[in-house]
Amino acid sequence: MRIVVCAKQVPDTTEVKLDPKTNTLIRDGVPSIINPDDKAGIEAALQLKEQCPGSTVTVVSMGPPQADVALREALAMGCDDAILISDRAFGGADTWATSSTIAAALKKLPYDVIITGRQAIDGDTAQVGPQIAEHLGIPQVSYVEKLDVRSEDTLIVHRQFEDRHQVLEVKTPCLLTALSELANPRYMTVHGVMDAYRAKELKIWGLEDIKDTVDTANIGLKGSPTRVKKSFTKQAKGAGTLVKDLSEDEAVAFIIEKLQEEHII
Amino acid sequence: MSKDIFVFAEQRDGELQKVGIELIGEAAKLAAALDQKVAAVLLGYNITDKAQELITRGADYVIVVDDAMLDDYVTEPYAKAMTAIIKEKDPEIVLYGASSIGRDLAPRVSARVHTGLTADCTALAIDEETKLLMMTRPAFGGNIMATIVCENHRPQMATVRPGVMKALDADSARTGDIEPFTVTFSDADMNVKVLETVKTDHKTVDITEAKILVSGGRGVGSADNFQLLKELAATLGGEVSASRACVDSGWISSDRQVGQTGKTVRPDLYLACGISGAIQHAAGMENSDYIIAINKDEGAPIFGIADLGIVGDLNKILPKLNTAIKNLI
Repeated sequence: MRIVVCAKQVPDTTEVKLDPKTNTLIRDGVPSIINPDDKAGIEAALQLKEQCPGSTVTVVSMGPPQADVALREALAMGCDDAILISDRAFGGADTWATSSTIAAALKKLPYDVIITGRQAIDGDTAQVGPQIAEHLGIPQVSYVEKLDVRSEDTLIVHRQFEDRHQVLEVKTPCLLTALSELANPRYMTVHGVMDAYRAKELKIWGLEDIKDTVDTANIGLKGSPTRVKKSFTKQAKGAGTLVKDLSEDEAVAFIIEKLQEEHII
Repeated sequence: MSKDIFVFAEQRDGELQKVGIELIGEAAKLAAALDQKVAAVLLGYNITDKAQELITRGADYVIVVDDAMLDDYVTEPYAKAMTAIIKEKDPEIVLYGASSIGRDLAPRVSARVHTGLTADCTALAIDEETKLLMMTRPAFGGNIMATIVCENHRPQMATVRPGVMKALDADSARTGDIEPFTVTFSDADMNVKVLETVKTDHKTVDITEAKILVSGGRGVGSADNFQLLKELAATLGGEVSASRACVDSGWISSDRQVGQTGKTVRPDLYLACGISGAIQHAAGMENSDYIIAINKDEGAPIFGIADLGIVGDLNKILPKLNTAIKNLI
């Protein structure tokens, strides 16, 4: 089975803090990681390869040149080869232009299964996976929590909605979006890290490499239907009354007075 | 010219989903600013009888595709139906709930009709000058907000977080057209086969429905101490909810989690007990009508958004509060 995984390098948003004075994001020193859902997707791909001997796993990422670190990590986990889609012409893309760029690269690769993470923790859109599937004209299953191979060209996929689980049968080629529950990512081995830097190949594809599979009107900032008009840190709702140094009984009496004023009790 | 605001009125097993009703309420406001109409788009099988309810909740007309191919939600037939309607009717705006179905369907449709899509919006508005839809959403784990526009492509599309917009009360006097719409499907459209659907245990509560939430954070201290919150919630006729820290510690189930990675709630009363109020939590509860916070730490950010803040020990205050309220009601 020819498996392609799409992975994004993201800032670890749980480490992002607001500067209380300027109310702006502090990005300095925030580590870059492989997006967690994508990392689960990489692990699922590697497990699929182990189940189906002879399979290959190619990891693909779109991002700036320094995103190669994330791809080296994926190679060290066990992916066979890696492609970094990187060109200034791709910059400033929204999800539509991003998916059309990634799809253009995927059109140049053989694949049976494409796995993406459900969503990236920096943008939280969950849009790029389904949009890639549409650009490629293949079926998608999102929110995948479990994956089995039924036959050479058929997968059994378990997916999760808010109120239900579904078991689906889907023919390859198809695209799956992985929940982090899908697989628990393995650690890199020393051997794997050495391979990732010495033995395995990391290709970098720019616009020249995919220009026959994409309309240049559909990439980068100019190819993006949406635009960020403004961004801002959230304004806190105005604080109300703050009381301290009350005894418990006084506090209880005060809460009850307020609840009655508000007609809650 | 593009016109009207379409709302994907999601249904599951023939039950209209709350988020669709909320979006019709929001669309009615936006439509007034544009002097246009609100249409609900209802896709499913044997669901035409639900269309009238969408009218009573604020839709001016309903477009219905009632077809066996749409019985279970499968991406392709739904995307085909939605795309056919958009191509034929040319709406100005299309809104979807940011449910798992909405977030599976909308990006597929956006790629097909070549228009922008803004994910998981928490505020929508019409710009007075440009008449463009201003779509505001959190990013970076809720640390920043971004307002997105889609200038040159139509329709302008967004998925909108459940629980954020306000539904209109049902008005049975409202009337509107219910318009059947035919889509020609083929077997090839059913490219994913649903073998089995298992509904999650319905003992799980929907905290977004509760009028009163007694919510616990790390300061509650243990799973046992949640009993105090449960008792008070029972006295008040509310439910218990929690911050992510409590869910991660295994003190309470994840369906009760409020915040960026949990649910968005707007109860009449949100009683935050031992919750510090990090921005990720605030994102899920700051629109509550009345917020009371009890916390030992005077510097806790929750006090910045609480209507009433009490610096104190919740484990001492809650039992007394429970007794006092019981005596009153």
